Amino acid sequence: MSPSPLTTVKTTTPVAPATGPSALNTSRTTATAARVLRQLRHDPRTIALMVLIPCLMLILLRYVFDASPRTFDNTGASLLGIFPLITMFLVTSIATLRERTSGTLERLLALPLGKADLIAGYALAFGALAIVQSALATGLAVCLLGLDVTGSPWLLLLVALLDALLGTALGLFVSAFAASEFQAVQFMPAVIFPQLLLCGLFTPRSDMHPVLEAVSDVLPMSYAVDGMNQVLHHADMTATFVRDVLIVAGCALLVLGLGAATLRRRTA
Amino acid sequence: MMNYEPDPPPPAASTPAIHADDLTVTRGPRTVLHHLRFTVPRGRITGLLGPSGCGKSTLMRAIVGTQAKVTGTLDVLGHPAGHPTLRSRIGYVTQAPSVYDDLTVRQNLDYFAAILDPGRAAADRRHQHVTRAIADVDLTRHADALAGNLSGGQRGRVSLAVALLGTPELLVLDEPTVGLDPVLRRDLWQLFHDLAATRGTTLLVSSHVMDEAERCHRLLLMREGEFLAGGTSRPEAGGDTPDALRTRTGTDTVEAAFLRLVDEATAGRTKESTR
Repeated sequence: MSPSPLTTVKTTTPVAPATGPSALNTSRTTATAARVLRQLRHDPRTIALMVLIPCLMLILLRYVFDASPRTFDNTGASLLGIFPLITMFLVTSIATLRERTSGTLERLLALPLGKADLIAGYALAFGALAIVQSALATGLAVCLLGLDVTGSPWLLLLVALLDALLGTALGLFVSAFAASEFQAVQFMPAVIFPQLLLCGLFTPRSDMHPVLEAVSDVLPMSYAVDGMNQVLHHADMTATFVRDVLIVAGCALLVLGLGAATLRRRTA
Repeated sequence: MMNYEPDPPPPAASTPAIHADDLTVTRGPRTVLHHLRFTVPRGRITGLLGPSGCGKSTLMRAIVGTQAKVTGTLDVLGHPAGHPTLRSRIGYVTQAPSVYDDLTVRQNLDYFAAILDPGRAAADRRHQHVTRAIADVDLTRHADALAGNLSGGQRGRVSLAVALLGTPELLVLDEPTVGLDPVLRRDLWQLFHDLAATRGTTLLVSSHVMDEAERCHRLLLMREGEFLAGGTSRPEAGGDTPDALRTRTGTDTVEAAFLRLVDEATAGRTKESTR
C-alpha cells in the first residue's frame, strides 16, 4: 500500500452534526438520488425498456381500437397513469431489495444517513425518470396518436408523476417483505393486478358488485385513473380532479412513511 | 515472529475504545453471546479470533450498532453502542463486500463520502479523502472500473476503502483478509499497523485463521459465544498480548494456545457436571 497518503494524518475530519431521524438533509438526499441515477446509467437497457415500452403499448392500443377512437381516449388516458405506477413499482422493489441483500443498506444505516434522506433520494431519482417516461408517453399519445384531451396535457403529466411516486412508495414498502427477486416480482400481480381490475379501466366502477365498488373506493389506483378521466373530459380543473390528486399524493406519502418504518438500523 | 512493535505504550486518552460488561445478544430463541466482559484499548489492533459461527460477526454488529436484542453494557468511544454521533466515527466492513456493483470504485466512494461529509463546500475535501482511500487499498489503477467487474478480493478492498473515508477513530473489520493472496494479506496488515501508528486508529479485526493473531497487539479468543481468553484474562489491559497468551498456556503458537484453552474449558465443564 502506498505510504505517501499517510502524511495527512490525525486530522479529524469535521463532520456535519448528526441530524435527527426525521430531518431531511438536502445534500444527502440529492447525493442518494444522483447515486441511484448513476447506477441506472450503467444499465442503459433498463432505461430504454422503461421509456420505450409504455410508448409501444400506446401505439399498440391505438391500433387495437382503430375503429373506436373514443375507447382509445378512455383507455389510453388511464394507461398513461398506470404505466408509471407499474414500472416504478417494479424498479423500486428490485432496487431496494438489492440494497437490502447486498449489505449496502446496513452500511448506509450505520452511517449518518437519515431514513428520510434515503427514501427521498429514491423518490427523487425515480420521479425524474418518471417525468421522462410520462412526458414521452403523453407527448406521443396526444401529438401523434390523436388522443383527444379536453383539459391540459400538463395535468395528465402531473397525475402520471404522482402515480410514479405511488409506485415507488409501494415498491419500497413491499420489498421489505420479499426475501428474493422472485418474491419481489410476484408482488406485482399481488399488489398491482387487483387495483388494475378494480380501478375502472375495464368497466365503470359503478357497474361493479357493490362490495367490489367499496373495495375500489379505498384503492389509490382508482383515484389515479379517475383523475386522468377528469382531465380527459373537462376543460378546467374540477373539484373531483383536485380530490383525486390529493388522495393519490396522500397515499404515496403514507406508503413512503410505512416504507421508512421497514428500514431498521438494528436487525436480528 | 512478527517484526511489528509487540505492545506499544498506551496512548494519552485512557478510556478504552470499547468497554463491555455482561453483554448478551439473543437471536430468535438462541443466545449467541453470553455475558461478555472485555475492553478494547485505543490505538491498537485487537484481534477477535475464533472458529466460524462462534459469534464474532454478531459481536461486531453489536459494537457498530446494527444488531438487535443486545443487553448489558456496551460503550463505544464513550457512548452507548449505536449512538447517532458514533455513526461518523466508526468504519465498519462486513464480511461480504457491501458496495454497489453497478458503480465504479470511485463512484462508490464518492457516494459514501457525500453521506459522511455532505455539502458542496466539502467537495474538495471529499475528493482528497476518496483519492487517499483508493490509494490506501491500492486500487488506484482500478478506480474507474465497475465494482462488479472486480475480483472478490478487490471488491473487499473497495468495501474497506469506504470504511476508511472520513478517518474513523474505530475500524471494525469482519474477516478482511479472507481469500486474499499472501502478498495482499501482508500489505493489508501493514496498512492496519500504519493506521494504528500514524492515525491513532483503533482496529478490531476478526479472523478464523489463527496465524493472523500474531499480527495483533491484543487478542480476544472466542468460542461458542464466550471468551476463552482476552475477556476474562487481563480485561483491564484490554486482553492478552499474543506473547502473554503463549507464555500463560505454555505453547508456541496462538493456535496451540487456543486448543489448550478449549481442552481446559471442556475438562472444567466435565468436572463440574460429574461433581
